[in-house]
Amino acid sequence: MVGITAYGAYVPFNRLERKKIGEVFGERGMPGEKAVANYDEDSVTMAANAAIDCLTGFEPAKVDGLYFATTSATYKEKLAATTIAGVTDLRKDVRTADFTDSMRAGSSAMLAALDAIAGGANSMLVCMADCRLGGATGALEQTFGDGGAAFLIGKEGVIAELEDALSISSEFIDYWRDAKDDFVRSWEERFVITEGYNRLVKEAVARSLKKNNLTPKDFSKIVLYGPAPRHQAALAQMLGFDKEQVQDNLYSTVGIAGVANAPMMLVGALEDAAPGDKILFVTYGEGSDVLIFKATDAIRQLSPRRALRGYLELKKSTMLYNTYLKWRKLIDLEPPRRPDPVSPSLPGMWRRYQQSLGLYGTKCMNCGTPQFPVQRICTKCQTKDQMEPYTFKDKKAIIATYTVDYLTASPDPPVIFSVIDFEGGGRMICEMTDSEVDKLDIGKEVEMSFRKIYDKNSIYVYGWKAMLKK
Amino acid sequence: MAGSIIDKVAIIGMGCTRFGEFWDKGYEDLLVEAAYEAIEDAGIEPKDIEAYWFGTMFGVSSLPMALALKSQYKPVTRIENLCGTGTDAFRNACYAVASGAYDMAMAIGVEKLKDSGLSGLDISDITYRPDGTAPDITAPAAFSFLAPAYFKRYGLDSKKGKEVLARIAWKNHKNGALNPKAQYRKEVPMEQILKSPMIAAPLGIMDCSGICDGSAAVIIVRAEDAKKYRSDPVYVKGLAVSTGPEAGGLYHDYDFTTLRETYFAGQDAYRQAGIKNPREEVSMAEVHDCFTPTELIVYEDLGFSERGKAWQDVLNGFFDLDGPLPVNPDGGLKSFGHPIGASGIRMLYEMYKQLQGKAGPRQIKNPKVGMTHNIGGMPWKAVTAVTIIGKELG
Repeated sequence: MVGITAYGAYVPFNRLERKKIGEVFGERGMPGEKAVANYDEDSVTMAANAAIDCLTGFEPAKVDGLYFATTSATYKEKLAATTIAGVTDLRKDVRTADFTDSMRAGSSAMLAALDAIAGGANSMLVCMADCRLGGATGALEQTFGDGGAAFLIGKEGVIAELEDALSISSEFIDYWRDAKDDFVRSWEERFVITEGYNRLVKEAVARSLKKNNLTPKDFSKIVLYGPAPRHQAALAQMLGFDKEQVQDNLYSTVGIAGVANAPMMLVGALEDAAPGDKILFVTYGEGSDVLIFKATDAIRQLSPRRALRGYLELKKSTMLYNTYLKWRKLIDLEPPRRPDPVSPSLPGMWRRYQQSLGLYGTKCMNCGTPQFPVQRICTKCQTKDQMEPYTFKDKKAIIATYTVDYLTASPDPPVIFSVIDFEGGGRMICEMTDSEVDKLDIGKEVEMSFRKIYDKNSIYVYGWKAMLKK
Repeated sequence: MAGSIIDKVAIIGMGCTRFGEFWDKGYEDLLVEAAYEAIEDAGIEPKDIEAYWFGTMFGVSSLPMALALKSQYKPVTRIENLCGTGTDAFRNACYAVASGAYDMAMAIGVEKLKDSGLSGLDISDITYRPDGTAPDITAPAAFSFLAPAYFKRYGLDSKKGKEVLARIAWKNHKNGALNPKAQYRKEVPMEQILKSPMIAAPLGIMDCSGICDGSAAVIIVRAEDAKKYRSDPVYVKGLAVSTGPEAGGLYHDYDFTTLRETYFAGQDAYRQAGIKNPREEVSMAEVHDCFTPTELIVYEDLGFSERGKAWQDVLNGFFDLDGPLPVNPDGGLKSFGHPIGASGIRMLYEMYKQLQGKAGPRQIKNPKVGMTHNIGGMPWKAVTAVTIIGKELG
């Protein structure tokens, strides 16, 4: 049996009410809210945090590969899957690849992972995230939201068995960006929907149902990607599905998170699925992928995780549209009167990837003291070179002391810095993110989140920040 | 048993520029002013100085000093040790003279900070981690870690805590108002300090010292030679530096209510000077009030106050100019200003003038022992330099 063995999700903490976007331009905004990646988040961090959620209770060492899908990659040239493999602590002898350029990239990555399992791999981690931009005053800006999802694909402990997969491909341009475009472009909607979305998806679904001798009634849920909610609802109806069968497209809570949208919806469907439930997973983009999953008895045994439901509940909806513009670097700001950050050093980063990505420090084998960052001489007993790697990623931590820095340069001032003490020993002095100043106190529990630390000269430094335990 | 510098070296001349924002002066002007005031004060010629120790945080090498002072092919040693720079330059000069290698040496510190266009310091390097993940904590934020930790441990609510910190800034401004060389020469009401804009909560702008330009110089000889130059030399009693290994940033037994390097440097200096009870035996001190919580905690680490009691001493005026142990009589970093490399020698300048009875309206009654203290870096990884000087031999 081949299929999904675990799932995870990530939704940024900050949500922007669409009416606030409209207000800025003296118009009525669309309903609901969209999730907005903080300034220290991007598709890599969101996918990594979803992957960590997905791996809850699983051994990373048993994973044989990692595929990452996005259309909003940090780099045009430089793999992101290896960054996420470092964060999730995968072995070195794993297969890594990025899937991109299409709204189907998420399902393509899943299909590639399923093929890898069929080809002999035991377990593959697939994660996807997107952070797409629509131009100001346009509908796309309001429609798009940010988020991520992740799946473990394997053959043991399958919670949703893949019954069939079918793809059709077709050269078709409806939404696009060239290498220099910041904002998604689109053709006239009637053409896009009639000849593209409706026609191609209808064809793919019809072929799949026919091939498997199934009808819409055989499915408890259809997870159907749609460029906008009304198109998704209309197409689901055309395909013969009832409203109750159509999985929420997350428009009102997250927005359409690009390649991660349908996978996030799939996580939502799996969270609700009972053993035996069939899920029709349908993506779209220059064609369509149709995957049929059937939930197994094991779905009840999946260890608790935050997943989509958990992340949807963790939110703050007070952000302003201006803040969104600032975080996405869409307005020019006065430069801070602070020293320019020094350029990251690639050899310096390379020497410490296990520390920066895996949140590893060292633990003294003589006195047992964990310490961060990596040390050679023990801070406690001064023994030399008796250290073993030790990760703090999964350890509980509390605030020892903190400050609220109004002076340091940041797109989200003030910046909270805290000294945190890990359960079992070890201390870290770090920046905090997605935390509210008035809730800070000594002794409060924090959790770690993978974030972008800074970038300079097109080099991106990733690492870990603390946040108040949600 | 470690040795001691006590009574081996004496100060025979000192100079200090006014501290401030000198748009019209370069570092070389400041060096010339401080050096020649010291030379005049000592009654010597520039050629009498056999070696120099030059303290500054920015730039490289010893050349800038030689170029400015036109020291004639004499040895100049460049020292950089964060806020301990000036004091460490003095310390090393003292060792050279005490060893007999030179009969007379000058230590001179300078900083020209107001050419940078920044209100703070351009020293991102001290938090540098080669993998680029070090948090970009500003100096006020790093030192403000001390405030909530101290308040919580000793049961001060945030209002009381703020008041204690403000009282320290208030005192230093009150002292600085009496000092013609200070950067800020006016008293600041408590209300204004309490309400100043937040920099690093709970610290407002008025909890922070000023960053500025300035220079200070000191000329030393061996103690037995001192009276040849003047009737009122001042003797070095203790010199200590402590550099931390970041233990407080790595291990949870450090609770941010102490500055360990300050404690260790203080203990070492007291041992050298034979001081058993600093609260009683130290007449006055210049301590590193870079931010108000620093001064509060330094009182306890240097043994001026019992643990957990410094805040009460602050409110009771124990460290006021007319109190039992005046601290920062010249206005401190807060009011006098803080050109990093010059600050340690500036502190020494005030102690020297006070011991000679030449401190004007700030004169403390009959002081015998003065102390200076600098801390550079962050509370959990610092460089600390402490000096004790006295009026009499023995």
